[in-house]
Formats: sequence, structure tokens, C-alpha cells
Amino acid sequence: MTTLNDLRPGEEARVVKCLGEGRVFQRLCEMGFVEGVSLTFVRQAPFGDPVEVKLTDYHLSLRRAEAAMIEVELMERAPRGRL
Amino acid sequence: MRDVLTAASPALVGTVVVVGNPNAGKTTAFNRLTGLSQKVGNYPGVTVEKKVGRCVLDGIEVRLVDLPGTYSLAAHSPDEMVAVDVLLGHQEGEEPPDLVLQIVDASNLERNFYLLCQVLELGVPVVVALNMMDVARARGILIDAEGLSAKLGIAVIPVEAHRGRGIDELQGAISRVLRRTLAGTPGTGSAVSRDGALCLNDALHARVGDLHAELNPAFQRARGRSLHEFEVLRAVIDREGHAETRLSSVLGDSCLDRIQRVREEVAGEVPLPVLEAGIRYGWIRQNIEGHLRRTPVKAVTWTERLDRVLTHKVFGLLIFAVMMLIVFQSVFTWAQPLMEMLDGAFASVAGSVEGALSQGALRSLLTDGVIAGVGMVVMFLPQILILFLFIGLLEDCGYMARGAFLMDKIMSKCGLSGKSFIPMLSGFACAVPGIMATRVIEGRKDRLATVLVTPLMSCSARLPVYAIFIGTFIPDRPVIHGVLGLQALTLFGLYALGIVVAVAMAWILRKTLLRGSRAPFVLELPSYKWPALAGVLLKLFERAKAFLVRAGTIILAIAIVVWALAYFPHSSGIGADYARERQRIARELPPGAERTARLQEVGKLESGAYLRDSYFGRLGQHVEPVFRPLGWDWRISMAAIASFPAREVIVATLGTIYNMGGSVDEESAALRESLREATWPSTDPHRPGLPVFNIPVALSIMVFFALCCQCGATVATIKRETNSWGWAWFAFGYMTILAYVGAFITYQLGRMV
Repeated sequence: MTTLNDLRPGEEARVVKCLGEGRVFQRLCEMGFVEGVSLTFVRQAPFGDPVEVKLTDYHLSLRRAEAAMIEVELMERAPRGRL
Repeated sequence: MRDVLTAASPALVGTVVVVGNPNAGKTTAFNRLTGLSQKVGNYPGVTVEKKVGRCVLDGIEVRLVDLPGTYSLAAHSPDEMVAVDVLLGHQEGEEPPDLVLQIVDASNLERNFYLLCQVLELGVPVVVALNMMDVARARGILIDAEGLSAKLGIAVIPVEAHRGRGIDELQGAISRVLRRTLAGTPGTGSAVSRDGALCLNDALHARVGDLHAELNPAFQRARGRSLHEFEVLRAVIDREGHAETRLSSVLGDSCLDRIQRVREEVAGEVPLPVLEAGIRYGWIRQNIEGHLRRTPVKAVTWTERLDRVLTHKVFGLLIFAVMMLIVFQSVFTWAQPLMEMLDGAFASVAGSVEGALSQGALRSLLTDGVIAGVGMVVMFLPQILILFLFIGLLEDCGYMARGAFLMDKIMSKCGLSGKSFIPMLSGFACAVPGIMATRVIEGRKDRLATVLVTPLMSCSARLPVYAIFIGTFIPDRPVIHGVLGLQALTLFGLYALGIVVAVAMAWILRKTLLRGSRAPFVLELPSYKWPALAGVLLKLFERAKAFLVRAGTIILAIAIVVWALAYFPHSSGIGADYARERQRIARELPPGAERTARLQEVGKLESGAYLRDSYFGRLGQHVEPVFRPLGWDWRISMAAIASFPAREVIVATLGTIYNMGGSVDEESAALRESLREATWPSTDPHRPGLPVFNIPVALSIMVFFALCCQCGATVATIKRETNSWGWAWFAFGYMTILAYVGAFITYQLGRMV
């Protein structure tokens, strides 16, 4: 299983599902990590944590522990111009 | 805006609540609509800022209520519930809204529509301002506002708030819908809520509807208002959220089983937040489809280019460090001349009051109590303004989020978040603006921990205290092969002590009193933009006003109490003694320099005698045994106690106590002399005739001042920001204990060495 936490800078992926519970988890869902959404892993912070993700139209920073709640499937070449 | 309010026409009055995501330009739009007529306060019982503005639109007097930026109406704390309560019209001290104005970031439509999707379910007419249309265009996002408006059945107005474009149309839409609502014919307020279908799927909607019908009668009897279906929905979805807590406290725990059953029926294995987000984003895509077009834009955005440098492993950190250094340095240096000017102004006011009134309690109250007290507060103002100008600019242009991104890893080691960094750094200048700056921290416990440890940072008011004791007692000797002086090393050590203790305290607090899951560090990194100077200045003005009014009243009260303790009983016997002495000098010496000097000398002796005889002086002699283990005599103890309202007072107090009058600053060579010469009385059982001050005593005093919460303004600010005297006294208490223990250890160790 691949999670958002396993991606490397520049890689694009699609959300398979979100696993977890609690308030942080709910916030992630609300921010748009829902099944089928494509995202780009942009970079990690200088000390390795947190990470920056481009999600649909905006950039979001989250901790690695939080990124591990999001199961993704890696897309080698993301089709352009998709929602 | 047209002002058509006349005495003849009875005005319509309407309440508009403004909601939106953070970074959607909500504040800019709010400022455009209301101009300068805004009022900032707090909702009762919570730390949520209440901002209300007024304007007149087409003859309707409109009250605009600005809610804090939020991504969702899910509420896990009383603070988050305020938004829901205001929107539903249940908030104490707030009118039910006649209209909700939702500000949406057009360049990020999908995520912004998540909140809209929830707001539409509340059943209040909605107007959408599609803000930042220019940004969206630049990114190749084209939006058909009219089509969206038709599809959603609500007004959708394209706006560029920072340029003032579209504001007229927005005002027109607001007044049109408002007029209809106030006339009692909501019409097409919101197609979505009118047909009751909500945005939810049928199963969830039906179950929530049933549960609502079941719980409502009992709720109505208990609370005198009906329960809204949205509250039931939130209770179902937000496990252990605030809506659930409220229902169980009103209806008893039995309703929890019912809620749990609904959860199982609608979601099964799927976590409820996933269910809700799935439904809502599905609804969003359905409604946006055909009204939003993306054209591929090749160019790398400016934000991306900047971020490559500003979040870079080396350059990013370097730039951040330099930026913080500049902020910190300017708070120190830019504020200095302003503070001196204020100091001079207060001194001259005090001087003229002194000249106008004859000697006595009233004159002393006005000059030493009121003017010195007000001055103490106003003195902080330049630092606060400069710090908040920087913070405001950095926040508005989008850099603040990057700072938090860079620092989060380090800060999370001690249980804080990246957003705690700026407030704690500000604490080096002054804890008051630092504590006020914690408002950017989202999690309540993270924020509380930051508030409670920020006063441990060595603020600029501690510097004069360090300066006088280091300058007097620490030998100016080179250490580490002449790289550093011992004096500089001591100063550095005191700053380091504050940081180390703050980090340890934060860690302990997050493990004990403030234990709990860490707040999410799910932080949007908004696109960089030029800061809106008008908005930044307006916020600056609001904070300055709030600080002066609230902290000012409390500080003033404390200052007057301390003055009274240090002034009374003011026995006439002492005055008579010194009056005789003055007469004797006047008789024996001819007018001239010597007589003036002798008379001044007598004046200082007299104020010293009064202080020794005052309640404060008497108290000092009673508390000496308490401070004896720290190596202090009653005079130091008393000076330290007198410094609780404001720590820098110790310099003036020591001056007074050592018979020098109140006007001494840390550069005063005479004070240093008398500190060195001070001895214990020859009758003292432990150290007869020995010097009061030596290196361990000086260190013990400095450690005490480094750790102690001797600042009325800080205590008052903690009270204001946490909305609780409990936390304010907790901060005061734990710091006082730490200070005592720290000073004790320092003195005892120092004595052994």
C-alpha cells in the first residue's frame, strides 16, 4: 500500500481512500482528500517534515504522520487538465 | 454606498453574516463594504473575535458580522461552535442573520464551495462573492458566474475586492435579497435549502430528519428554542464534537445511543467524515460542471518560483533567519526613540502636574500612580505597533505560512506547532504582543501552551535589570580565550535560560495539563500577493486600541494599588523631622550650590524614610525570612515585590530604597556605588556587617527576574486572550514558583563555589 507519505517530490498520484479517525482526519477529508482526486507531492520542509502537496487548485502543508492517513496510487504521468 | 437615512423614512435594519475560508480575501471584502466603521470585541465565554461593521445599502441599515475564516462548520470546540451558532441565530448577544454573505476564492473554487455547501443547508438566504477573479483568470480558470447563479439559485457576484471591482454589484445583490427577506418574502433565497433536499444524499438526510423529529420536542422544552436539523447532522458526523456534547448535556446521555445508531445505519464501515466529504465534493463537482473551464497555462507561477527559494533547505532557512533578525532588531531599535519620546512626554506631564499641585497625597497619586501607571502601558505601544506591522505584512503577503512550514519540525519536538514560533520570538521584545500574536494558532491546546510559555522569553524590560546587575557585579573578564567577555556570556546565559525553560515547560504542559492530540498542522500555503496596506493598518489600529483600553484599565488599577501601599500611612512625624532638618540647613548655609545639594540630599533621605515606613516597607521586613534563602535582604525582597506589576520598576525602587529618590536609571553610577557598599546590619545573626551583594546574590536576583512573571500587562493580556483568569493566574503562579526555585538553586550553588 502506498500512502502520500511515501511519495517523492515531483510525483503525481491519485487518492484511493483516507484511513483514520479523529479531528485531523476529518480536516483532511474536508480539505479535499477524497477518492479520485489527483495531487502532486511538491516538496518536504528543510527538516524533512512537514510536506507540501498540490491538491486540485491549491497548495497545502501537512505533517508526515497526517500524510500517512491518505492511501494513494502513483500515476507515472499525470494526464493534464483534469479535475 | 448611499446614505439615504432620513428621519421621515423608518429605516430597515438587517444583519449580514460574512463567512469564508481563510485566505479568500474575506477581510478585504469586509473592509470594502464597511469602511472604517468597525467594532472589535469578543463573544462571551470564548476567545473568538467578534467584528461588527455597519453600512447603509439602498436605504437599509446593514449590520455586517465578520466570522473568523473557516474551512468547515464541523465544530470540535466551543470556539468553533460560535460560527454555527451565529449562523443559526442561537449565539448569545448576536442577532439572527437575515443574509449570509459567503466570500469565495474563485481560483480555488472546489474547496471553497465545501463551506458554501454546508452554509446552504442552514436555510438562511445566501449571496456569494466570487472573489479574486483576476487570480483565477491568470491561472487559466474561467468561471461562468451567471451559470453558477442559475444552477444554485442564489446570487453569485464576481468581485476583485482588493481593487474594489464588483463591489457595487455586490452591494446591489445584498440589498435586493435583504429587502426581500426583511419584507417576509424570502423568494429564491436559496433553491437548495428551500426544497429541503439539502446537499446530502437521501439516506443521510432521511435519518437525520427522523432523529431531528424525535429529539426536537424535548430540546424545545429544555431550551425554549427549536433544534436545527444542521445541529443534528453535526452531532451525527462529528464524533465527540461540540454538537454532540451539547445535545447530550441538554437531553441526557440517552440521546447518544440514538445518535450512534444513526451513525451505524448511514455509514456502516465508512468513516463518517469520508462519507460527508465524498457527498459534498460530489455535489460540488456536479454543480460546477459546465461552469468552470480550465485552459492550460504553461508558465510556472510566481508563487512556485518564490517558494523554490523561500522553502529551500539552505536559502529558505537563511532568509527566514535574516527576516526574523530584522523583525526582532527593529522592534528593539525602532521602538527605542519612540519609547524615549513617550517617556519624556510623560515626565514633562508629571513635571507640570507636580508644579501645579502642592505636595501631598493627590499630587503623589497623580504623578507616581496614575501618570507613571498609564506611562508604563503606553511605553509598550511602539514595540507592539512595530511588531504587528511586520507580522501583519508577513501574514498578508503569505510568508507567515511558509515560516510555520519551515519551523514546524523543530517546534513540534516540544509539543508546539510551527505557528508558535513567531509569538515566542516576539516574546523577546515584549510578551504582550507575542501573546496577542498567538491568535494565528489553530489548536486551542497548542495556543494555550504557547501563551503560557511566551512570557519566559527574556523581554526588553528585563534588559535594564540584567544590565545593572551584570555591570555592577560580574567582572569584565575575557573567557574562552578572549572570544567572549564574562559579562556578555552571563547575559547570553540568561536569555538561554528563558528559552530552555520555555521549551521544557511547553513539553511538560503538553504532557500533563494540556495533554491531547496535537492540533492538525494542515495549513494552506496561499499564493504570494502584495499586502493590502490599508487592511494591515486597520488591524494594527484595532489591536493598539484594544491593548490600550483593556490592559490599560487593569494596569492602571494595579499601579494605583502599588502606589497606595508604597505611599501610606505617610506619617506626619517623618515629614516633621525632615522639615526641621531643612530649616536647619537653610539657617546654617548661605544660598548657593552647597545648600541646594544638601537640600536635595535631605529630599532623598526623606523619600527613603517614607518608603521604609510605608505598608510596602513594613511588608518587606516581614517577608525577608522568605527570601533569605535566596540571599536577599528586606530591601531587595521589597524591590522585587514592588516589581510585580512591571519588572523594570526594580531599578527605580532600589534607587528609592537606597535613599536616592525615584529617578535612577541603570546607567547611574551612583546606584552602582551604593549597591556595592550596601551591607547587612551589624546585628544580623548570619552575615553581620558583610556586603549585601556579591556574585551569587546578583545571579540569584537575575535568575529570579528571568523566570518570574513580573508584568501586570502580561497577566492582563493572558486573561484577555484566554478569556480566563484561571490561566492568567496559572501562568503567574508557575512562573513565580520557577523563579523562586531557580534563584534558590543559583544562590546556594553560587555560595558553595
